[in-house]
Amino acid sequence: MTMVQAINDALDVMMGRNADVVVMGEDVGFFGGVFRATAGLQKKYGKTRVFDTPITECGIVGVAVGMGVYGLRPVAEIQFADYIYPALDQLVSEAARLRYRSAGEFTAPITVRSPFGGGIFGGQTHSQSPEGIFTHVSGIKTVIPSTPHDAKGLLIAAIEDNDPVIFFEPKRIYNGPFDGHYDRPARNWAGHPDAEVPEGYYRIDLGKARIVREGEALTILCYGTMVHVVANTVAELGVDAEIIDLRTLVPLDIDAVEASVKKTGRCMIVHEATRTSGFGAELSAVVQERCFYHLEAPIERVTGFDTPYPHSLEWAYFPGPIRIGESIKKILKD
Amino acid sequence: MAQHRDKRNLPPLSLHVPEPHFRPGDEVDFSDIGIPQVDATRRPDEAAAPADMRDLAYGLVRVLDEEHRATGPWDPRLDGDTLLKMLRAMALTRAFDERMFRAQRQGKTSFYMKCTGEEAVSIAAAFALHRDDMCFPSYRQQGLLIARDWPLVDMMNQIYSNRADRLQGKQLPIMYSSKEASFFSISGNLATQCPQAVGWAMASAAKGDTRIAAVWCGEGSTAEGDFHSACTFASVYRAPVILNVVNNQWAISSFSGFAGAEATTFAARAVGYGIAGLRVDGNDPLAVYAATKWATDRARANIGPTLIEHFTYRAEGHSTSDDPSQYRSVMESSKWPLGDPIARLKRHLIGLGLWDKERHAAMDLEVAEYVKSCAKEAEKNGILGHGLHQPLETLFEGVYEEMPWHLREQREQMFQEAKAARL
Repeated sequence: MTMVQAINDALDVMMGRNADVVVMGEDVGFFGGVFRATAGLQKKYGKTRVFDTPITECGIVGVAVGMGVYGLRPVAEIQFADYIYPALDQLVSEAARLRYRSAGEFTAPITVRSPFGGGIFGGQTHSQSPEGIFTHVSGIKTVIPSTPHDAKGLLIAAIEDNDPVIFFEPKRIYNGPFDGHYDRPARNWAGHPDAEVPEGYYRIDLGKARIVREGEALTILCYGTMVHVVANTVAELGVDAEIIDLRTLVPLDIDAVEASVKKTGRCMIVHEATRTSGFGAELSAVVQERCFYHLEAPIERVTGFDTPYPHSLEWAYFPGPIRIGESIKKILKD
Repeated sequence: MAQHRDKRNLPPLSLHVPEPHFRPGDEVDFSDIGIPQVDATRRPDEAAAPADMRDLAYGLVRVLDEEHRATGPWDPRLDGDTLLKMLRAMALTRAFDERMFRAQRQGKTSFYMKCTGEEAVSIAAAFALHRDDMCFPSYRQQGLLIARDWPLVDMMNQIYSNRADRLQGKQLPIMYSSKEASFFSISGNLATQCPQAVGWAMASAAKGDTRIAAVWCGEGSTAEGDFHSACTFASVYRAPVILNVVNNQWAISSFSGFAGAEATTFAARAVGYGIAGLRVDGNDPLAVYAATKWATDRARANIGPTLIEHFTYRAEGHSTSDDPSQYRSVMESSKWPLGDPIARLKRHLIGLGLWDKERHAAMDLEVAEYVKSCAKEAEKNGILGHGLHQPLETLFEGVYEEMPWHLREQREQMFQEAKAARL
């Protein structure tokens, strides 16, 4: 299965299991979504459970919150993460705080799915990685899968979760893994071990990281598309790195992070999002606080630059194999 | 610059910045506010198409005439018992406001907001709704809870943020929440409840339920994007929802002109969305009841949403942190042409022979005494800043369903700090 198919399958499984699960968003109904993630669902479950919405992100999330208060479990789609900002007030001020401000009387068990990340020549408004905005908000969980297998299991867990979940889908790897070599032919998920997706219901608990590769020389913390770019770069360099796919940023799997860095003594953080106040800064801080006496080198961060996402200079911006490789060499030399 | 020189013969543009008619010290004359006769606003069938009732958005639904008689096509013909209950709920709300305002001045709580002059907007509406219809209030609809007989002591516990506060002291005073009374948790962020109410109503419809939703926001909040989203969704999906705009003329210090009132009515927003729009005398409890009942019948019959503009006046300051004499004439509230909702219902009931001044005075005393006894009861559970707050650990509860590790760690840190400070 591709990641898009796995997401579609997760929605199908959950809609089949629970009549309260509804899917909503721009173009998600009859058309099946601009990335095909909701294809066939309206035909199967009907228009009152899978429906197109007006183009108003604050409305989509606000309405989803109200449906959640009623007792439904809405899965709302924001077509691109770059367009989630009009819904920020509903997410930050409402969904995230509802349980707290009502002392548990009302909750917002909503999942907001949104394609995110770059590497597709999406320019400024089809490439952003705004996860750091949401990890800063107490009351929201932020989840980012990197494989079809995880995408299905994590999305099922997100829909079942009684807290609001932001589910960012790395659109660069919707149809195949991406190792960062943009000049080579695109691959698809066929034959990839992580593309084997079990039929039916299974869940991957939120808050649990995945060790992609065990190693001794250094720890690399990453998520989304960067998991594949990092894994490939590590293989090309022949470095014995331990690669951790965080999968859930909040709540973070601190035990996995701490155990790995204490073992390797070196920590590198890779994300597409811009550097300053990005989630890498939080990761760097918690590693420094917990593993200070085990660190043999300064923590390295390989991230997008502190600029809006460019169009023509995408590959100079994107943290690809060269930048990651240089950083690995540097951290191992220290 | 060359272009500029070429155009120097054109008249210069000028920016229009609205200005209220009266500022502090000004004589007030509201004679230009058009108040139509009671029978001037027709009552269409509940199933009327929005396009066939656009005039209603520019009229004013009224029931009580100048002699306080109920008349005209909107007269809901309520029985005396219901009217007396309505009157008492309004008087109780006003007494509650008075007491809690004073409590803030006495330092028993940090903040309070009255709804003086706007009691009918929530209380008469509550009488027209079913108790299990979901209300999404703003911060000035405490009358909904009181009309639904919600315990005043519970509301006061919330205002005092004391150890009996069901919201565990987490919310600013007056930001009530009562699932049991179908009263949605109030948020400080304006208009966010509008699309939420529409979503709740859509869910009710999708599930084949019979309950409807009602939402309230001020005229100032209609300028928020969420209001537009809510109207769009309500229209597109014909959601069983009543969108109430309480036009009390003022958004803190900004008069309604800054929300667009110079150009049109707020009920007329409905016209553009293709939903039913009613403009109602918000100080006429019978008119508010009649309009709300009309809208509930429409929603329950799957015909669609209604937007109701309640034309009223915010008789007091915006909040305990506000001094309205700094931006408007103090004469305004006494000169308001639609009068006071409690006084009008009182006069109506006296006219019916069901009430008299003596009984009204006795009721005022009774509700004041009752509120006082409730306040004493609530104060036993503590007032703000006097130690009888919730246990420290509640600070970390309810952020998530289950407490994640980082919050457990921070809670431990707080315990250590509290120990060091001997709290």
